[in-house]
Amino acid sequence: MKWGVIVFPGSNCDRDCAHALADALEQDVSLIWHGETSLGEIDAVVLPGGFSYGDYLRTGAIAQLSPIMPAVKEFARAGGLVLGICNGFQILLEAGLLPGAMLPNIGLSFICDDVWVKVENAETPFTRRYASGYVMRFPIAHAEGNYHTDPVTLAALQANAQIVFRYCRADGTVTDQANPNGSLDNIAGIRNAAGNVLGLMPHPERCAESVLGNEDGQLLFRSMIDAVMAGQDKKQTTT
Amino acid sequence: MIRARIHVTLKSGILDPQGRAIQQSLETLGFSSVNDVRVGKFLEIELNEDDPAQAEQQLKAMCETLLANTVIEEYRYELELQPSRPPS
Repeated sequence: MKWGVIVFPGSNCDRDCAHALADALEQDVSLIWHGETSLGEIDAVVLPGGFSYGDYLRTGAIAQLSPIMPAVKEFARAGGLVLGICNGFQILLEAGLLPGAMLPNIGLSFICDDVWVKVENAETPFTRRYASGYVMRFPIAHAEGNYHTDPVTLAALQANAQIVFRYCRADGTVTDQANPNGSLDNIAGIRNAAGNVLGLMPHPERCAESVLGNEDGQLLFRSMIDAVMAGQDKKQTTT
Repeated sequence: MIRARIHVTLKSGILDPQGRAIQQSLETLGFSSVNDVRVGKFLEIELNEDDPAQAEQQLKAMCETLLANTVIEEYRYELELQPSRPPS
């Protein structure tokens, strides 16, 4: 399977993502400079973490206007799998590929920590390898992860099972105390209504191999591989 | 030429932790009458435009598409007509 990882000026998890995919998961990965206007032949695209454009104006606000973004939007519109991690999530929000916006963390601090995260929806192309309600230790590193949206959109996210990951306690209960950044409804990751675009603040690429002591992030990428392979099998049997 | 002064602030009702921290500091300094502090961004934009209606139309589009994120922020602006630069 072919992956594209977008490199914005200021991305700093692009190579981590490429490493996790190429070395831990033996995938075919190309780094795609944000100044390109085509994604080429790929099956999934990753918008990595970092500080694109130095977070000028707002996180993701400038990156969403990069030359590559119309191609990412078209790829998403056509049903391609789009994964935004941390700053990548912020870019997807600013680009309108996911609803809502990020506010500064409620404590105003940059948080670099491992936190408990729960898989709320294991029926997505990004989470099928997880058991429903699975609780894992996930690394976060951000200053703007305080997800916000209007009450109508939040109700729609809840009703359509678009909230995919939530911050929780070790036993899986979702509490204010377990919320590291003030995020609305403890949201750590959401998907779009169509189900092919996911944004999350935690970093699966930082916990995708045994040498790091945590391989839970690998299941997210493996879920995407399963989804793409299943799609390709379907195509082959119908043509 | 028109100079625009644009203010972007968090919508009322959205918690502004930075504003709250500043408010507490002001109270510590003895400014006991401070009721609320909101922190925002201030932008100055010079437009090669002499028609205020045209300028306003452009500014509104700029704010809606880039300068403010209307999910969380609101904006307002003032326009000031500047004398044109003499030809050099």
